[in-house]
Amino acid sequence: MLVLGLVIGFPLLGFLVLLAFGKRIGDPGAGWVGTIAIALSFVAAVVTWILLLSKHAGQRTQVLRLFQWIHAGGFHVNITFRADPLSVVMMLFVTGVAALIHLYSIGYMKRDARFHQFFVYLNLFVFSMLVLVTANNLPLTFLGWEGVGACSYWLISFWFERPSAASAGKKAFIINRIGDMGFMLGTFLVFENLHSVSYSQVLPAAHRLPAGTAEAIALLFFLAAAGKSAQLPLFTWLLDAMEGPTPVSALIHAATMVTAGVYLMARLSPILALAHAASTTIAIIGVVTAFVAAMAATSQTDIKKIVAFSTVSQLGYMMLGIGTGAYVAAIFLMVTHAFYKALIFLSSGSVIHSLDSEQSIRRMGALAKLMPITAWTMIIAWLSIAGVPPFSGFFSKGSILEDAFGRNELLWVVGVVTALLTAYYMGRLVFVVFYGKPRWQEVTKGHEPHESPRIMTIPLIVLAVAAAVAGLLNLPYSGLRFLHNWLSPVFGSALVSYHLSASEKVLLPATDAVVALLGVVIAWRLWRNHSERKALEPTVLLKGWYLDSFYDRTFARGGTALAKFGDRVVDPTIIDGAVGGVAWLFRWVGGLGRKVQSGLVRSYLLIMVGGIVVMLAYVLVSAAR
Amino acid sequence: MTVLDWLIALPALGALVVPMMSLPPENQRLIRYFGIAIALVELGLAIGMAVAFKLHTSSYQFVTKVHWIGAFGIAWYLGADGISLVLVLLTAVLFAIAMFTMKGVKDYRAYVGWMLLLEAACMGSFTALDLFLFFVFFELTLVPSYFLISDFGLGASGRAAIKFFVYTFAGSALLLVGIVSLVFIHDHQTGHLTFSLPALMHTRLPKGTAILLFLAFAAAFAVKTPIFPFHTWSPDTYRSAPIPAVVILAGVMAKLGAYGLIRFNLELFPATSRELAWLMLTLGVVGILYGAIVAAGERDLGRMVAYSSLSHMGFIVLGIFAFSTEGLSGSTLQMVNHGIYTAAIFLLLGMIYERRGTLDMNKLGGLQKKAPIFAGVFILVVMGMIGLPGLNGFVGEFLILLGTFITHRWWAVVAVLGVVLSAVYLLWMYQRVFHGEAKDDRSFRDLAPREALLLLPLVALIVVLGVYPIPLLSRINPTTSAIVHHVASAPALGNSGAPQAVASIVTGGAK
Repeated sequence: MLVLGLVIGFPLLGFLVLLAFGKRIGDPGAGWVGTIAIALSFVAAVVTWILLLSKHAGQRTQVLRLFQWIHAGGFHVNITFRADPLSVVMMLFVTGVAALIHLYSIGYMKRDARFHQFFVYLNLFVFSMLVLVTANNLPLTFLGWEGVGACSYWLISFWFERPSAASAGKKAFIINRIGDMGFMLGTFLVFENLHSVSYSQVLPAAHRLPAGTAEAIALLFFLAAAGKSAQLPLFTWLLDAMEGPTPVSALIHAATMVTAGVYLMARLSPILALAHAASTTIAIIGVVTAFVAAMAATSQTDIKKIVAFSTVSQLGYMMLGIGTGAYVAAIFLMVTHAFYKALIFLSSGSVIHSLDSEQSIRRMGALAKLMPITAWTMIIAWLSIAGVPPFSGFFSKGSILEDAFGRNELLWVVGVVTALLTAYYMGRLVFVVFYGKPRWQEVTKGHEPHESPRIMTIPLIVLAVAAAVAGLLNLPYSGLRFLHNWLSPVFGSALVSYHLSASEKVLLPATDAVVALLGVVIAWRLWRNHSERKALEPTVLLKGWYLDSFYDRTFARGGTALAKFGDRVVDPTIIDGAVGGVAWLFRWVGGLGRKVQSGLVRSYLLIMVGGIVVMLAYVLVSAAR
Repeated sequence: MTVLDWLIALPALGALVVPMMSLPPENQRLIRYFGIAIALVELGLAIGMAVAFKLHTSSYQFVTKVHWIGAFGIAWYLGADGISLVLVLLTAVLFAIAMFTMKGVKDYRAYVGWMLLLEAACMGSFTALDLFLFFVFFELTLVPSYFLISDFGLGASGRAAIKFFVYTFAGSALLLVGIVSLVFIHDHQTGHLTFSLPALMHTRLPKGTAILLFLAFAAAFAVKTPIFPFHTWSPDTYRSAPIPAVVILAGVMAKLGAYGLIRFNLELFPATSRELAWLMLTLGVVGILYGAIVAAGERDLGRMVAYSSLSHMGFIVLGIFAFSTEGLSGSTLQMVNHGIYTAAIFLLLGMIYERRGTLDMNKLGGLQKKAPIFAGVFILVVMGMIGLPGLNGFVGEFLILLGTFITHRWWAVVAVLGVVLSAVYLLWMYQRVFHGEAKDDRSFRDLAPREALLLLPLVALIVVLGVYPIPLLSRINPTTSAIVHHVASAPALGNSGAPQAVASIVTGGAK
């Protein structure tokens, strides 16, 4: 499986080359180097896929072992990568979308003072993401997991001159670290019970875990996943993450990194299958997150914040799939979401780019005629995410909802309401930004916004095609469920299948389609001629349910006060004073007058050295004798 | 003579020679070259030692034993196991870098002389197997560090030096009492007066005595490490010591404390270590959280790193008293890792101080725009400190937490909060110093080639040891697993009241 090494190796090579020579290669050369590295990685991923395809379904897990990483006591970890149907799916869409976004970035980041630096981080990110999805053990997955977190930190605060960007990067990293505690503790529990952390050994042996332990492990890893995949109550960082350049939002904070939590859960499906309570919890948190975020998305005025809340909402759907045991559906949604959400971000980026970095939808409008490619690709993305047939979202979200219905009708109801909201809030975005009256004159100071250069529109077009037709990957008809057939050996018996009656099999997709169209129509009625409707944009939703300000007031301010109290009061007075006689002795010594005293200390020390020299001389003499 | 004798003798002789070198002022730098040369030879010796070191054995290697003060059973007895080996390597690397760092000093003779003496003392401390000899070296580290802090330090260094001296000296006094009592008890039991560690390991101690002796040893090491609540000397000292000295103080000498806990507390008092594990684990965990919280409240970079060290050394204490090979190997490795990234961060702080004359975060800011390469190196070191996987800090921290989790679960569960807190205070610090727009028009020179060369070995080690720590771990593991076995298999303490214990110490075990 050397070709697997190439999938991971090309981005690493790109990173190293750019780190060493990026500045000299400059703009746009550095961008091309970065893009080519990822494109080559994509080619290698396709080759890996073909190689696996040529094998019998039962033998599609290939391992590439490089060297031993950590060893102590009974704990061994190797640098070992794994190509199996799940990791290949991840590799393909990660490298594919990443290559397109790299290409787009050459245009978007043009003339940025740190152009080459951007691609250094971006290539390092793709490398880390590939390590994450191909690692064959938990600690190596964690390496990728933290690697993407660090790159996310650097890229969110890429324009670090802005205090808001600097704070947003820091916040993203810290909230993710809260989740990471879960990752670490979960790993420890797995090791304690199964004496290994390698997927090759842990996953087949998962059934040996006691039920309670499996629940604990599942919840601990879900804490990690909730951080990375922005679930309640840890999603607030993803909104601030929009401070980063828009291609970063598209790649990291929509298509790839944020789905890592869903991937991790899918990877650990044999453990989740044993953890019924944890799975139910995950499903509930997922669907509530989906709903809460979709509500918030209906009232945002910053175009990127709408899309960010939308991402949180879609990740909630994926977690709903995970929680109901519909792992294939979750991965299917992840892939289609990567296409349409990356597309939404890149189209938004195209708009922002042409409006001199303006992000408020209140100051956009009537851009469809001026930016036709951007507008049309955005509309395709909208219809996909809304779940209008036959666009991809109809199939991927539909299969999540179908399984949710099989699990519990209430989950399904919330899911369908959220689907209505999705079609609506994206419709609001499309109508307010691209139709109605132009409101951007003040921003552009007279000149007209124009379509973005080809280097940016080509990725839009490619992604639009993918977003439109990706439903073909897994059509709900026997013989056409390609993704399902490809992935099911990975999940095996963990994969839950619900039996639906013949009428349900017709009515459920029909409901999805009706709801999607309803959302589209409502958005059209309400927003085609309006850019502002206060009644429909309540402050509580605009502020994201006040969750962020709640954290700010409690944890951030409380923590700062505690730290300052510790530093200015507790340590200098209480601890320093209380450590028995030592501190008193010090005061007493100080009181005698520093000069005299330091003289005393000096002579004491010199006598000590003298004594030691004499003793050493003695040993030398006696050794010589 | 073995390589260990040379490791000690060479810098010691150097320290004797340097004061006699009376050179005209324009040739003062020759003294510096002399110091650098000795440090590089030491590094060569240490690397040679690591290459020659036999794997898969926990016994002491390169042993040298000469009867010294025969009447008292004191011997020049040196040896190195895996733990000693990696700490000798760390010492050699950091001294070489510290010697290069010394520049623009007014009195090279004293500076180089004290540094060489300090290196000899550190090397001796990490390899001595005779308790008296260890004590001599352990105390000897105090002298050069005192003079380095008080005569070459920044700001109110005289005061800091006295505080440092009083704290560590008080600890040492307890250590001496402990050593002498143990030796007398052993003599009384066996009729054999010796300071040899392997011999004293078999002393049978009544419970109360064992606990008091354990605490006497632990107190000395707790001050040196430092462990909460014996740390209050360290912020003042780290803040005011000159950079080469603080690289050694925080990088090497802090490890003396943790090393002492493993070498003496675990080996001499295995059953007591088990008995008092709860205490040490609790102090470790409190140190992790407390150090991190106070570090977050600090405005001064030097003091912040001191508190961050308190937090990180808490992890090391945790791993030592977890009594699992994973934990102890993790702690040992983390001693090396902590030495490396702490040295790197202090070198960087020194460079900031050189350029701006302050380490107050509120007076800095926006440095990344002015000095991107400097900032890049700085954030890499910070990520190493945070414990980002792929960099060195992670491996040790992860092993420590894992090793603690499987033996003392709830301490690990609390300690893992430290993983979040270190990100909080370090990234907040980084933001305040490097992000944002610059506060003024003053320039901030980016990394000069000389500075880059100084940092390069440390940065390389941060990355290499993060990805490939196996060369160190394979040398550490046999030793740590033997020690863990030693602690686990020691018979439990018998019962005896505290008064009797005090009496037995006072009378040296004679009834």
